[in-house]
Amino acid sequence: MGRAPSPFATKIPYEKKDLKIVGTNPTARGDAVDKVTGRARYASDISLPGQLIGRVLRSPHARANILSIDTSAAEALAGVKAVVTRDDFPDMAIEHAASGELMVNFRDVTRNMMARENVLYDGHPVAAVAATSDAIAKQALKLIKVEYEVLPHVIDVRDAMKPDAPILHEDQFTKGVEPKPTTPSNVAARMESKLGDIEKGFAEAEIIIEREFNTKPVHQGYIEPQASIANYTEGGLAEVWTGTQGHFVFRAQIAKLLEMDLSKVKVIPTELGGGFGGKNNVYLEPLAVMLSKKGKRPVKMVMDRDEVFRATGPTSGTNVKVKMGCTRDGRITAAQAELNYQSGAYAGSSLPLATITVFTRYDLENVSVVGHDVTTNRPKVAAYRAPGAPMVAFGVETVIDEMARECGIDCIDFRLLNAAKEGTQTHFGPKLGPIGYIQTLERAKVHAHMSEKLGPNQGRGVATGFWFTLGAETSATVNVGEDGTATLIFGTVDVTGGSRSAFAMIVAEELGIPYEKVRTMSGDTSALGFNFMTAGSRGTAAGSMAAVTATRKAIARMCEIAARKWEVEPDQVVWEDGKARPAGANVGDFAPMSVAELAKEAAWFGGTIAGHAEINVAQGGPGFGTHIVDVEVDRRTGAVKVLRYTLIQDAGKAVYPEFIEGQFQGGAVQGIGTALNEEYIYNDKGLLENAGFLDYRIPVASDVPFINTEIVEVPNPDHPYGIRGIGEVPIIPPLPAIANAIHDAIGIRMRDHPMSPPKVLKALKDQMIEDAAAQGTAAE
Amino acid sequence: MAKQYVTTIVNGDNVEVLCDPTQTLLDVLRDEMDMTGTKEGCGTGDCGACSVTLDGVLVCSCLVLGIEANGKKVETIEGMAQGEELHPLQRKFIDHVALQCGICTPGLLIASKALLEENPDPTEEEIRYWLAGNLCRCTGYHKIIEAVQDAAAEMRGN
Amino acid sequence: MRYEAPETLDAAIGLLAGQSGQVKVLAGGTDVLVQIHADMIEPDVIVDIKKIAEMREIADEDGAWRLGAAVTGKELMDNAAFNAAWPGVMDGVRLIGSVQVRGRATVGGNVCNASPAADSVPPMITSRAIATVIGPNGTREVPVQDIATGPGKTSLEAGEFVVSFKFPKRPARSGDAYLRFTPRTEMDIAVVGCAVNLTLDDAGICTDAIVSLGAVAARALIVEDAAKALIGTPVDEAAMDALAAAASAAATPIDDKRGTVEFRTEVAGVLAQRAAAIALERAKS
Repeated sequence: MGRAPSPFATKIPYEKKDLKIVGTNPTARGDAVDKVTGRARYASDISLPGQLIGRVLRSPHARANILSIDTSAAEALAGVKAVVTRDDFPDMAIEHAASGELMVNFRDVTRNMMARENVLYDGHPVAAVAATSDAIAKQALKLIKVEYEVLPHVIDVRDAMKPDAPILHEDQFTKGVEPKPTTPSNVAARMESKLGDIEKGFAEAEIIIEREFNTKPVHQGYIEPQASIANYTEGGLAEVWTGTQGHFVFRAQIAKLLEMDLSKVKVIPTELGGGFGGKNNVYLEPLAVMLSKKGKRPVKMVMDRDEVFRATGPTSGTNVKVKMGCTRDGRITAAQAELNYQSGAYAGSSLPLATITVFTRYDLENVSVVGHDVTTNRPKVAAYRAPGAPMVAFGVETVIDEMARECGIDCIDFRLLNAAKEGTQTHFGPKLGPIGYIQTLERAKVHAHMSEKLGPNQGRGVATGFWFTLGAETSATVNVGEDGTATLIFGTVDVTGGSRSAFAMIVAEELGIPYEKVRTMSGDTSALGFNFMTAGSRGTAAGSMAAVTATRKAIARMCEIAARKWEVEPDQVVWEDGKARPAGANVGDFAPMSVAELAKEAAWFGGTIAGHAEINVAQGGPGFGTHIVDVEVDRRTGAVKVLRYTLIQDAGKAVYPEFIEGQFQGGAVQGIGTALNEEYIYNDKGLLENAGFLDYRIPVASDVPFINTEIVEVPNPDHPYGIRGIGEVPIIPPLPAIANAIHDAIGIRMRDHPMSPPKVLKALKDQMIEDAAAQGTAAE
Repeated sequence: MAKQYVTTIVNGDNVEVLCDPTQTLLDVLRDEMDMTGTKEGCGTGDCGACSVTLDGVLVCSCLVLGIEANGKKVETIEGMAQGEELHPLQRKFIDHVALQCGICTPGLLIASKALLEENPDPTEEEIRYWLAGNLCRCTGYHKIIEAVQDAAAEMRGN
Repeated sequence: MRYEAPETLDAAIGLLAGQSGQVKVLAGGTDVLVQIHADMIEPDVIVDIKKIAEMREIADEDGAWRLGAAVTGKELMDNAAFNAAWPGVMDGVRLIGSVQVRGRATVGGNVCNASPAADSVPPMITSRAIATVIGPNGTREVPVQDIATGPGKTSLEAGEFVVSFKFPKRPARSGDAYLRFTPRTEMDIAVVGCAVNLTLDDAGICTDAIVSLGAVAARALIVEDAAKALIGTPVDEAAMDALAAAASAAATPIDDKRGTVEFRTEVAGVLAQRAAAIALERAKS
């Protein structure tokens, strides 16, 4: 999302054709052998001669004013080469920029990376040191004296919205309210989105259901902690190796925060050990560059796991109110939601995305969505796979389940009755193009999973999800070697290894050469024009548009070479089946030339064969998925076990089907983790209590079953191969699907996330008390 | 903090190193021996990314002092393939797309190898419980379990 | 920090007694290294006791097992005879950490780390195991339930450490079991744990029982009322209900990140019943 769609954005119409490579499972993946042998280089694996080790001093308070920082003792410690605090970084004015799916404000980015006036969460950076060893760096941190004035804090989104809540920012007045408020508020912004006439919609309804839902923040939980290594040279140039989802965006932010020219900063993306949106933001990078500048040596910084949890972006905790109305025959007449989203210490949550995704699976006439972006004393939120969407789906998809039951209609049939389809007007603007939502529902309805028998205390739930496909700036270069092999340099980050293979397949398909003859590699910020991040499911979808564009330019160049050789006009040469051929019999009788043959002649006929693309890919190609889950509830402990799981999703075109299944499965299991056990737990001092993998419980292998997957293919009309983004959708439905399954098992609606054993057990006990009371009343 | 002399056999090679007594085996492997195939995900034994074997026993190298490896045999991911020949588990992980970002992969491979040495024909449940100490956030474990099952079958000669 | 790895008990006693700064005994290291990593402790000397032969032995002394305090979970799991003798103790051992952690973690460390949630402790307590403690003033015997006195605190004097645990010989028709509740299936800390050890007569009447709860108080508890609920009964439904009530009544848990008072109190009773059912099966078989 982030920015308004450009009228100059690139769309390439879908080309229906027989494919030889795209859609198969390649036997060799460019990244895989290095990953299974331990040779793949992640950021923390890189070391430079003479490097120092950097460490960050973090706030032990949820909220405090910084009265003073004394670094003299740390600086005096032998082996300490540099110390930085707020005084080393320029203040920034308010200026917004897109960073992944979310927007950032440089005034806040600089404060989030290094506190200035105050600290606003447990773990907020206050100072950083670089020393000749990790042990010395850690010792130096203990010598820095920070004088704090501890202030009242607020963690929960509902508490933060109360009139008497501690106010984080005295200069923050709620945006989107007229007239402009005169008192500051934790509500940074109010957003509203409408379609039709909501009052009329409710008046037409025969059934109205209104429910409130709460979710806790959850973390992306990537296994690789943030790591960066920076080298600032005497010539004023900075090189940064880092694990990032967008090295060009990081370069822009580093340059901005340190007031450097873009051209003087080079960011080299390393292999990335998971991101899921959590590596869309700079944390260590500007600190490492500044420490390197002051220490005059390279500086390596690696976060500990507790720093990852305390200070890098979890997603928003939310309070969501959903009110929907329908007729008895199952037609939704009105859909209303209030979305209250934590943004953490600084404004800017995933609220805009929640607003877009909340009802966008249904063809609705009357919609009203109001949202609030609320600052609280927690780390500034970051994107997390389908940012904002699972929490609103939790509300809407369970209300849908309730309405379907109230109407006596099967929950899939109810969704089919109201399903979004080509031409559906969304409440936030565009009409939907051809989409595969109905197909996923129809496939779910007849899936073998639906006829598996359920035992006592077992239940089945269904839920669906929607995500668009982000576009944005994307660049790529294809170089055809003298031997006829090709190298694609791409500028998006290949987070999982999938896009490297997918791009190679597409380039091979376009050129008509074997997959093995194409190498794909990530280019650093000096190799290509600006690329937006790998975020919002855009990596393969947008990256492949640039790859196709660049390859077609290389093909045009090859046709030009053939034309020069044959002494005909370039438009008299066509590219077919991997060869330059005369466009027709009247052009002349020339033997078709292969890539290798053309490459050999290239120098004589003008120079090397290459093609490059710098495009702004249009946003589009939304993806939809339907999930089915069976659970069993232990009535005496409240434990919920996931027994079976099936996921059906529209991928547009599955370039590398097995990889897509893997993405589906991974997203579903993250969603299961979210649903059942993952949550941020703060104590009454506002300090994070579970900053580690022992107590922040991401699913382990024995917690989950196999995840059955089915791929639906409804081509994206604006992509030459019909590709849609697929990364986000799988994490959206698990939370509501599991809630619906729990209800099916034990007759209880869970509306507080996570649906952990203490909560489920309490709900069961409350139900027993209610039942007993009801029986008592009946007996009277 | 005087450094201490440690001699170990890592993947069959004699390695001598000076290490600080507070350094973990993981630190020593990565920082002193430049063997960065073993990964750190947590430093507290909760994620398994640093799995190695110590005298044949599967351990988290972050929970072993480097100095404790003195006189012992350490096997890491760097020693799993025999020259050009990948171990069947490595091949099957690739074939089944059992890895995405790859940061957990070395640990999972080492743990899976230890499993198959102890139990050549594990059930799905046995694999899941054995690998419960190895967190993976990308794959949802599905293809990892399949890859281990398939490698086990191949190694049994099926 | 200095690292020492004595090879005899005497050498270890000498090292531990002669130190001025903070000394830490290193067994499996799965807690100590985490504490160092988190800067919770900064020991001046680490005394690794894994090279002391007596501390690594698993010995069947005519049905009374002696277990070296530095025996790892994995070594115990690989000992079929001990598994057959004390399946409930093994229920606890098998739940410590992961395969990787059990490759290092020791029963002695689990006891001496003094976590109220330690998985091997309740079944060690119900086995009535006695620890042999050695130190500068000689050797003494301490029941396992008296080692931990509170979270992270033990009754061991300065310079003392546990050498081994002695398990009493078991009467016929005895069975033990341990269950814990955790949100995840593995890699988790007990929210509640319960061990039951019982003996039946040949008519199937319970003649002896001992019940221990973990993670519901500052240290693992022995619940005498829970044992009384079983003794003299055929461990039928009524006895089970009384057992659950007694277990829940004895629990004095706290609200923390891992569970609530309400939840722990309720589930203590549930686990007591479920563990007793398994112990009963084992006693009968």
